[in-house]
Amino acid sequence: MLDFPRWKVISIWLLLLAGVALAIPSLMPAGVVRMLHLDGMSRISLGLDLQGGSHLLLEADTADLAKQNLQKMEETIRTEMRRGDTKIDIGDISTADGRLSFFVRNVNQLDAAMEKARAQTQPAGYTGQRDWNVAVVDSTRIVMTPTQAGLATSVDYAMKGATEVVRNRIDATGTKEPTIVREGQTRILVEVPGFQDPAGLKALIGKTAKLEFKMVDMNADPSLVQAGKAPPGDEILQFAREPNEPANSPPRNLAVSRRAILSGDDLSDAKLDKDQNGDPAVSLKFNASGGHKFARATQENSGKLFAMILDNKVLSAPRIDEPILGGNAIIHGSFTTESATQLAIALKSGKLPVNLKFIEERTVGPQLGADSIRAGVIASVIASVAVIIFMFVTYGRFGFYANLAVVMNIFVILAVMALLNSTLTLPGIAGFVLTIGTAVDANVLINERIREERRRGRGIVQSVELGYKEASRTIFEANTVHAISGLIMLAMGSGPIRGFATVLLIGICTSVFTAVTFTRMLTAGWIKRHRPTEIHI
Amino acid sequence: MRLLKLIPDNTNIGFVRLRKWAFGLTALLTIAAAVLVGMRGLNLGVDFEGGVMIEARFAAPPGVDTVRGYVDRLHVGAADVATFGGDDVLSIRLPMPPEKDEGATNRLINKVEAALKAQFPSVTFNRAETVSAKVSGELIQSGLLAVFLAVFGIAVFSWLRYEWQFGVSTFVAIFHDVLVTLGFFALFRLQFDLNIVAAVLTIIGYSINDKIVIDDRIRENMRKYRQMDMRTLIDLSVNETLPRTVMTSLTILLALGALLAFGGPVLRGFTAAMMLGVVVGTYSSIYVSSSLLITLGLKPQLTDPKKKSGPADSAERIG
Repeated sequence: MLDFPRWKVISIWLLLLAGVALAIPSLMPAGVVRMLHLDGMSRISLGLDLQGGSHLLLEADTADLAKQNLQKMEETIRTEMRRGDTKIDIGDISTADGRLSFFVRNVNQLDAAMEKARAQTQPAGYTGQRDWNVAVVDSTRIVMTPTQAGLATSVDYAMKGATEVVRNRIDATGTKEPTIVREGQTRILVEVPGFQDPAGLKALIGKTAKLEFKMVDMNADPSLVQAGKAPPGDEILQFAREPNEPANSPPRNLAVSRRAILSGDDLSDAKLDKDQNGDPAVSLKFNASGGHKFARATQENSGKLFAMILDNKVLSAPRIDEPILGGNAIIHGSFTTESATQLAIALKSGKLPVNLKFIEERTVGPQLGADSIRAGVIASVIASVAVIIFMFVTYGRFGFYANLAVVMNIFVILAVMALLNSTLTLPGIAGFVLTIGTAVDANVLINERIREERRRGRGIVQSVELGYKEASRTIFEANTVHAISGLIMLAMGSGPIRGFATVLLIGICTSVFTAVTFTRMLTAGWIKRHRPTEIHI
Repeated sequence: MRLLKLIPDNTNIGFVRLRKWAFGLTALLTIAAAVLVGMRGLNLGVDFEGGVMIEARFAAPPGVDTVRGYVDRLHVGAADVATFGGDDVLSIRLPMPPEKDEGATNRLINKVEAALKAQFPSVTFNRAETVSAKVSGELIQSGLLAVFLAVFGIAVFSWLRYEWQFGVSTFVAIFHDVLVTLGFFALFRLQFDLNIVAAVLTIIGYSINDKIVIDDRIRENMRKYRQMDMRTLIDLSVNETLPRTVMTSLTILLALGALLAFGGPVLRGFTAAMMLGVVVGTYSSIYVSSSLLITLGLKPQLTDPKKKSGPADSAERIG
């Protein structure tokens, strides 16, 4: 038990040295780290609560996504049934109850129609399901129902895209070290350190930025349009509110064709510009096919109005005076420089494949963060010093060994956190302080046991041996229980709870090494060298 | 050098004899805590109730009512103003604004901050948080589930590792610890947020740690002294582990005391909960959970020394 071979002693010291070396970059200010060219080494990053910044949680509107899918499928079915040598004659497509359903007028075409509808579905999930169920009802009607697996697949696909779009938009603002991660199926977590303007950030990343150009229906009856009734093939959209417009003024409606002549996908660039009055505007550059489409549409519709539509709101509806062949356009609206910049970034990064809602938002000022770090460090130092003095006064030499273990443990925890790229939060600091307290519990258990065995009249070597052996079992059990609660916190908890649990769990693992193995080595070495006839414990 | 000994050698306190009193006190505390939580309710933070929270730091204590007056004048809903950590730091809680667009909460926060800035030019804003009802509902659910799983998981662990009586007595004691901590929060209207859930989970882990050390010793002594009366045996075990129990509780309280005094206002509720939990947990380890084993009918004969079922058994060699 007290026999420590040389290789073991050397490897324990090497491990601890490595811990200290890996912990050091995290303890130095960022500037010093850069000066010493230690940038390559992993450091512990500070949580938002310690350095200040914005934390935003976004959730996808899956109902809206389902609606989009339905509309897309309706459009596809309409065009597919008309395509090919034999056109299939179908009635109006109903989209009620989230399903597509349509009549096939000629019963002989039912099988062909089924085949065409089936061909539009895709495999979804791992169980051989498809994203739509296609069925015949009453021998004349085809009903297409979206499946759960299909919706899940499209949510997954949309979320991947949305995460990318959000990342591009935040990167475009030049923000440093943002965290953008997908959480669960339908959420995106955005953390931007040091950012103090959550409103601007939200306006930028929350905008769907679905841009469309559509022809205005000049023949629509204005009274019907104002009543919200769309002529066939049209839809009614509202104008975006002007900033100086009173909130209770009635919305202004416009009837536009359902088919878009151009969409945001046809853009190659968007940037902040000025219109002829010197007001902020956004200039657009189309890609080759977009430029071609725009040129043709403006040639065919000279003298008519077209609407520039952003997220289903009409920004403006200018007249086409002459064909626009250069592949450029400019969007006017009542923009400020800031909102025009945001729109340009949003358009350039592409539209969000799904609407995102903000469901949680936390902003921490830099002052509070700095105060918290200072308070946390002071508390940690005082806690350590108090525990160290207390342990030394109670257990003498054995307390001193335990103290060495505590100090080593602090370094090793920091090293492990740095290696895992963990984030230190304020509850994490609390976890640190608590770990200092609990790590010495192992040594208290061992030392009390040694005291007890001595009182029972056992020899020094035997008492120490028994002390470690008997206490180790209890320590193992106590640590298991701590680890259970730590793991539950990590699995169930959010934000602050997780930060706390991370430090706690790392501390449990490292303290077994420092508080048991390391102190046993120190004690064994001392007993072997000095062969004491009496120990003070 | 004379070393400090908190508990003199051969201390023998008759804890088991006091158990009727201890059970009475424990039952009383638990009921009082349950009534307090039921009647007064917990002062749920924005994490669990949803809404908007602004934390403001003033140069001098501005008075809660004064600040509430200024906020009420803005007509943004019922404001809940309370001190946070110190008199100069106030947390202002507001319901979600009626408008649903993405900038609505930011406009609300800006409005309140501007109004306060006009009255108190030196005010700074530490934090602003907005939590939707959906998220707060989830946080409550996962918080409750985490606490429940922790208590349950650990009770199952002690049951599998020892006899069922150990599992039950641990469960009862932990239940008491958690309720008393909640009662404390209800009594002093301290804000109950996510950090406090972490504190409660730690208290659970901690208190069980304490009980396991004593249970472990009871098991060891049950093998050693097969003929000893159960009451004497439990007293012996609790007294033998008493120095460790007191020593560890004191070191933790020292560390937590440092955190309470110097850790800043954000951690104050968290630390207070922990300190209380350590005291309550230590009490229930010494007085309640071990004595409860007698009431539950634990007998030395229950343990079969020949049954080798795990590392705990194979480690036994004394006696």
